[in-house]
Amino acid sequence: MKQHKKGLALWLTAILLLLAGALLTGSPGRAESVQEAMRDAVLHSANRISLFGLKTVNPGLISAFTVTAILLLAAAGIRIFAIPRFRFAPGKFQMLLEEAVGLFDRMASSSSPHRSRFLGAYIFGAGAYIFVGTLFELLGIQAVTTLGHPITLPAPLSDVNAAIGMGTFSFLVIVSGAIAGNGAKGIGKALKEFSLPISMSFRLFGALLSGLLVTELVYYYVGLSFVLPVIVGVLFTLLHALIQTYVLTMLTALYYGEVSEPSLPKEKKKQARRA
Amino acid sequence: MPLNIDLQQILLHWMNLAILVGGLYFILFKPVKQFIEKREAHYRERDEQAQAKLAEAERIKSEYQAKLDGADEEIRQSRAKVQLAVQQTAEEQLNQAKAQAQQILTHARAEAEHDREEILHSSQRELRRLAAEATKKLALQSDPFDQFLDLAEEGGKNEDR
Repeated sequence: MKQHKKGLALWLTAILLLLAGALLTGSPGRAESVQEAMRDAVLHSANRISLFGLKTVNPGLISAFTVTAILLLAAAGIRIFAIPRFRFAPGKFQMLLEEAVGLFDRMASSSSPHRSRFLGAYIFGAGAYIFVGTLFELLGIQAVTTLGHPITLPAPLSDVNAAIGMGTFSFLVIVSGAIAGNGAKGIGKALKEFSLPISMSFRLFGALLSGLLVTELVYYYVGLSFVLPVIVGVLFTLLHALIQTYVLTMLTALYYGEVSEPSLPKEKKKQARRA
Repeated sequence: MPLNIDLQQILLHWMNLAILVGGLYFILFKPVKQFIEKREAHYRERDEQAQAKLAEAERIKSEYQAKLDGADEEIRQSRAKVQLAVQQTAEEQLNQAKAQAQQILTHARAEAEHDREEILHSSQRELRRLAAEATKKLALQSDPFDQFLDLAEEGGKNEDR
């Protein structure tokens, strides 16, 4: 019992000493004001990264490539080591995988019963990308900017280009569904929803950016960097990773199902209206 | 461009998404889905087999039930047949017994008649013999009436014996 108390006292003393040290040492001076940090988090005009020396890009693109690499490597590992050992009575990991695949597959087949194979594959990939990409910022992977400053790689979708890319790509998938379901007529049907790519893109961007800005703000001040990041950084990130994944995949599945549904001939439409 | 929107980077994001979606589909989504479908097919097949076996068992059960019902009917018919045969046999035996009894009765009656006739004849013969003897004695004795009485008394004593 006494040993426990001693250990606890030592642990608390170490924490207090480290806190005092951190506060007393001070910082070498801020490289940028909070306004500049916020502005750069949105626009990425200052902190850019070189893409293999070919072009300077936003950190979000590097994050996107890293997330893709992580996901594909993990998938390859699962494909090689886990899937061949699958059994009819599944274990915990197998159940998790089957549930993840089954969730998106069911979502696709319930939203678009007549054409769901490609949609299932797309929303599975997009869902995995948004979920892992949002949690990616928790890893705190460092990169060096073209100016030589170290930065933490952000969530890919907090970059406006990534959000626009995701939104427009999803819209293209929806348009492809419309064409596959209704031919040339389907294009008109899909283009009626012209606001969809903009709303999808900026919904994602807004959600992810708000998280990023709050995190930036919290970390900007040393005083706010204790305890609070556990809630702001981890719990909120987990929460909006789930929410954004659900929202984008659900919207894509719903619109895809709507526009890819084969339209009825005019006579049948009239009869249906009369009925 | 406003907001630092860069078309080249958007295209790079598209490329990245295309690689990710395609890669995840072929590496993860498709094999897992195939496995799920395989398991579903396996259990569906087992379910169908179980259903078929159940139907077969039901068919066999109804078949045996029908056989059992047929056997009951057969038993009932056999029993009725046997009962009928037994009844017929009993009736035959009864008729035979009646006929035999009738025959015995007729025979007994005939015998009795015969005996009666014989006794009657023998009595008549005896009477005739006695009458003849009496007549002979009467003819030989002085008082034939007394002799006749003595002979009659002797005959009555003989009869008591």
